[in-house]
Amino acid sequence: MPDVLLARYADCIFWLARYVERAENLARILDVNETFSRDNRGGQNWRSIVQLNFDEERFFASHDAASAHSVVNFYVIDGDNPTSIVSAIRYARENARTLRPLISTEMWVQLNVFYNRLAALSAADLAPGNLAALFSIIKEACQTHTGITEGTFFRDQGWYFYQIGRYLERADQTTRLLDIKYHLLLPSIADVGSPVDVSQWNALLRSAAGYHAYRRIHSASTTPARVAGFMLLNTAFPRSVHHCVREVGRLLGDVKSHHGLRRGNDAAEELDRLQVLLGTLDISVILGSGLHEFLDSIQRQLIAITRELSIAFFGYTPESSQAQSASSQ
Amino acid sequence: MNPSVLDGYDPQGFYCEMLRSAASRAVRERLSGLSITALKQRAASANAELYNLGITFTVYSDAKTIDRILPFDVIPRILSAEEWQHLETGITQRITAINLLLDDIYHRQRILRDGIVPQELILGNRNYRPSMRGIDLPHKTYVNICGTDIVRDEHGTFLVLEDNARTPSGVSYVVENRHMMLRAFPDLLDEIGLRPIENYGARLISALHEVAPAGIGDPRVVLLSPGTYNSAYFEHVFLAREMGVPLVEGRDLLVDDDRVFMRTTGGLSRVDVIYRRIDDDYLDPEAFLPDSMLGVPGLMRAYRAGNLALANAVGTGVADDKAVYAYMPRIIRYYLAQEPILQIVETHICREPASLRYTLDHLAELVVKPVGEAGGYGITVGPKASRQELEECRAKLLADPANYISQPCIKLSVAPTLVDGHVEPRHVDLRPFAVTGSSTWILPGGLTRVALRRGSLVVNSSQGGGSKDTWVVA
Repeated sequence: MPDVLLARYADCIFWLARYVERAENLARILDVNETFSRDNRGGQNWRSIVQLNFDEERFFASHDAASAHSVVNFYVIDGDNPTSIVSAIRYARENARTLRPLISTEMWVQLNVFYNRLAALSAADLAPGNLAALFSIIKEACQTHTGITEGTFFRDQGWYFYQIGRYLERADQTTRLLDIKYHLLLPSIADVGSPVDVSQWNALLRSAAGYHAYRRIHSASTTPARVAGFMLLNTAFPRSVHHCVREVGRLLGDVKSHHGLRRGNDAAEELDRLQVLLGTLDISVILGSGLHEFLDSIQRQLIAITRELSIAFFGYTPESSQAQSASSQ
Repeated sequence: MNPSVLDGYDPQGFYCEMLRSAASRAVRERLSGLSITALKQRAASANAELYNLGITFTVYSDAKTIDRILPFDVIPRILSAEEWQHLETGITQRITAINLLLDDIYHRQRILRDGIVPQELILGNRNYRPSMRGIDLPHKTYVNICGTDIVRDEHGTFLVLEDNARTPSGVSYVVENRHMMLRAFPDLLDEIGLRPIENYGARLISALHEVAPAGIGDPRVVLLSPGTYNSAYFEHVFLAREMGVPLVEGRDLLVDDDRVFMRTTGGLSRVDVIYRRIDDDYLDPEAFLPDSMLGVPGLMRAYRAGNLALANAVGTGVADDKAVYAYMPRIIRYYLAQEPILQIVETHICREPASLRYTLDHLAELVVKPVGEAGGYGITVGPKASRQELEECRAKLLADPANYISQPCIKLSVAPTLVDGHVEPRHVDLRPFAVTGSSTWILPGGLTRVALRRGSLVVNSSQGGGSKDTWVVA
């Protein structure tokens, strides 16, 4: 019997992976902001997180100011906010419910219990003293999901689309993180090299779990260019854009050849181009012509790749994939 | 002093499935060594596990999803090997007759011409599908999956209450209940020879292969579900997994040139057999309800062209109709020249003058049911009805006798059940699941549903019903 996977299932497993990855990244960002990113007057910048997700309009429609409390509420437990952690895990669980014939029972049970736990959180659970513990619970639950999946998910087509979703989302999250931090931090030229500046860049590295790895490569100094280069171009760092794009390209090639899928050549070519670009450009060149513009173009290419995958494998038409990419951003 | 499970248990004059069964002795002895407190603790953890595993039926309201479990009672219902053999042969006989009936009414209609069953009862039935006329099915099997509802009266006699010959559900609970018992009560099961129920999925897919269109070597089977919003979605997942087949929705399928395909990552892929959990009305908007969003346009064209097997076949609903039920003993005698092995509840067919007279004379003792309605609508329960209600019923009977049947009130058997920390008698029924391809196989035991409310006879999950593990002791 030929190996087949329903197009709709491929779509669901791709997005299941993306939503869990998204929730983990958000927990990382909120955690690091809570713990490390105080400025020299002891204040924390929470507005940048709202900007990072392009949520300013919706956020300020219901909140006066971006305080620690309001931002954490908005991004952790607000089920009406589609970019909150609880929403991401709800979407992941809904996809998992659809995918129950495909995924392992352990994968489903863990997501089911994780969601029920998040849905039961109240504002009282977000008191300042509880936050660090809460974020590590969320991060660990996402990593538990990843681990259970690695250990129990049957290695057929679904496994490839799961991983492709996870790496695409991770690449996208890293560009956003870098974009907003760089954007915010760079204008204060006077601060460059000052202790505050360094702590902000260290915080950025920590939020991507890259601080120690970065130290091993650049032990002497933290500079904006080196941090940006590390997060964009390093091939060994699991959250770098280059690493993620390379993985997506490899996985797509494997699923096409191992499972006899003829479509998806547009996405494969797009990935090749992106990989060559990331492999040849120097960070100084990128910074010279504008980091923001560069990150923006990568994000657009990642969206285009998702669209091509949706048309090639997930059963979308060009029109419906347009609507999909508009609603999932 | 900590009382044990069956201390002080009194079946209150009803036939008790536990106390009257010789096959339950070993289980009774073990239960008497178990305290109520321990039973309660194990029952609570078993029900919590059902929730975490998501063995639920789902209720959607607004944007929220509410998952409910079918409450699981941990005291098993026991059937002896002899009782089971009686049920097994009786159900097999019944399903054989039902398939012969369906083949006949969609072909030559001998039974109608011979006047055994009134013609308008079949041809005028809303579940009779003229589009099935003349379609030849492999092995002449129309009902591949049947869930026969069986009750037991105060003498312990098994009676068929209903043949669910369309899309019966509940088999997933049978298997999950057994898994739960194995985890929660390994000591209760020790060295009691139970008939295994693990192979339902394997039996089902074999039967589906048997009815696949001719000439297909390795048929592609799928399970067609209305989707995640359907209350029985868990069961659809369960069955798809047990069979190792894709669980599809209508939007995953399309018909091209009278052939059925599913949309996959590699493009379109042929489908040969569909186990559908969607009613006839919603199956194909070209053939039935035109505004159905759940079905697949053109499915009936592919079916008529012989390129597709559907399980169950279209048009089986006419066989599990309440009025046709009353004719079942005659149908069995007509096709098989045998006496029915399982009795039905004594049924008076009011279209027949003698039965109408009997019904009118004994109205206060009988249950009167309209034949066309489902879900308990329009039923008059004589012993519980007021004088005025009885008079209204009499008037309806006289106005349109053919629309009614009447039956005596059955004193359903009971089984000891844990309710609010006590063990009390509760009424039960039984739904064995039969799978038919070229021949019939029945999953040993079946779903025992229990009416958890005191005195209630209603075992439906939507009305406070629960379930028990059913043991066929070898």
